[in-house]
Amino acid sequence: MDLIVQGIIKAFELIVTFDPEVLGITWLSLKISGTATFISLFIGVSIGTAVALNNFYGKRLVISLINTGMGLPPVVVGLFVTMLIWRSGPFGFLEILYTPYAMIIAQAIIATPIVMGISLASIQNLPPNLRLQILSLGASRLQMVWILIKEAKLPLLAAVMAGFGGVISEVGASIMVGGNIKGYSRVLTTATVMETGKGNFDIAIALGIILLILAFIINALLTQLQQRHYPR
Amino acid sequence: MKVFRSSKVLLTLMLAALLIAFGTSSVFAAKAAPKQKNIILATTTSTQDTGLLDTLIPIFEKQTGYFVKTIAVGSGQAMKMGEKGEADVLLVHSPDAEKKFVEDGYGINRRLVMHNDFIIVGPGADPAKIKGVKSSADAMKKIAQAEGLFLSRGDNSGTHAKEKSLWKKAAITPAGQKWYQETGLGMGQTLSVAAEKKGYTLADRGTYLSLKKNLGLDILVEGDAALLNIYHVIEVNSVKWPKANADGAKAFADFMVSKNTQKIIKTFGVDKYGSPLFFPDAGKKDEDLGK
Repeated sequence: MDLIVQGIIKAFELIVTFDPEVLGITWLSLKISGTATFISLFIGVSIGTAVALNNFYGKRLVISLINTGMGLPPVVVGLFVTMLIWRSGPFGFLEILYTPYAMIIAQAIIATPIVMGISLASIQNLPPNLRLQILSLGASRLQMVWILIKEAKLPLLAAVMAGFGGVISEVGASIMVGGNIKGYSRVLTTATVMETGKGNFDIAIALGIILLILAFIINALLTQLQQRHYPR
Repeated sequence: MKVFRSSKVLLTLMLAALLIAFGTSSVFAAKAAPKQKNIILATTTSTQDTGLLDTLIPIFEKQTGYFVKTIAVGSGQAMKMGEKGEADVLLVHSPDAEKKFVEDGYGINRRLVMHNDFIIVGPGADPAKIKGVKSSADAMKKIAQAEGLFLSRGDNSGTHAKEKSLWKKAAITPAGQKWYQETGLGMGQTLSVAAEKKGYTLADRGTYLSLKKNLGLDILVEGDAALLNIYHVIEVNSVKWPKANADGAKAFADFMVSKNTQKIIKTFGVDKYGSPLFFPDAGKKDEDLGK
């Protein structure tokens, strides 16, 4: 119990003193996971929408695969990304192993199926006649898709939150492809693991609390956006 | 009006995300050093968990302009990285495996950096009565006879290799026994598990000292010559792996055995733990250690 109290005090200390190292780590976490979520947003929403709006042979299988991908274990992603980008791997020439770029790639891979699965479900959940209605009003196909995406804004923002929450709290892939290098690829989660290993439980708890606060702020902002017109 | 608003919301969102993305790339670009400036150092968890590397690497980077990417894993995994050419230089403590690594042509220029020692730690109650036993092999025998819980790293690290050699010396096969558990974790976490379960474990003194305050484990066996823990620096053979940063590896290895670094190692940890965590050995021979 003492340790937890100490951790909370330590977190408070680190925050109010603007500890430069913790600030740097927090900022880096935000940048990496934010960029990864952004990438996954593009890929996830576009493929999710495409799958939702088109009928083709094997559609159910594809949807099952996407839904399975929502539970993709981060360490497995980390392992595959590592093997692809290490020096002797097929993308070794890029020399991005143990860089923030590698972390963005791994996190984007983790977040994409989450965003894709939720956007697929939310577009499918729109009333089927809506499409016909929009088209009959003279909209082009592209305009129709855009309006549908806007109609599904609420669940799509939920998709963003789920994707971001998934990657900012993720540690397995980040430590494998990023390497937890001080001042370069060390993020909140990997730093927490390391401080635990060092036995600095108070700092580890403090980092955990900062992570929670960060996640809360981001989600609060997104929720603010999402719930703007509710209740009417 | 409503359509207008919601599209504005979406636009704002996307703009914000774009801003983050662009801010990100520009900051990363400014930070990333030229390619050949990067050195991948594969090392054991103990050098990181004790904080030694946090002290040394900034000095090295300042002196030379290189950028060191420290990957702290077990010695076994560090050498595997070297074998694949995924690291440039190793700082490890598993002498037998290291010799084989160099003999097989994966590494060159293996140099002695420092040593400390392993200790057998356990609960103060000491159910197997090993406290003060002189020979580490005898102590292991006693633990096995008393079936005292023993926590093994089980991760092919240098410490795990040492532990296996001690069991071998004691002529005991602990694998599969009820009292023998493998954590598969780093040294710090294995010590925590041992403390929690009131078991015995083999630890390097550096990590033990740096964690001692939270553990409640006592040093039970120490000082046996078989318990020496020796760290070498090895450059990955760039003839075998042309992509390895040979110059950087050499610069780092030279730095580790340089006079100034050795002096820092000698006093590292004294202010915090009252005794040094490592003893500098550059230029000495393995055989002369512990005498």
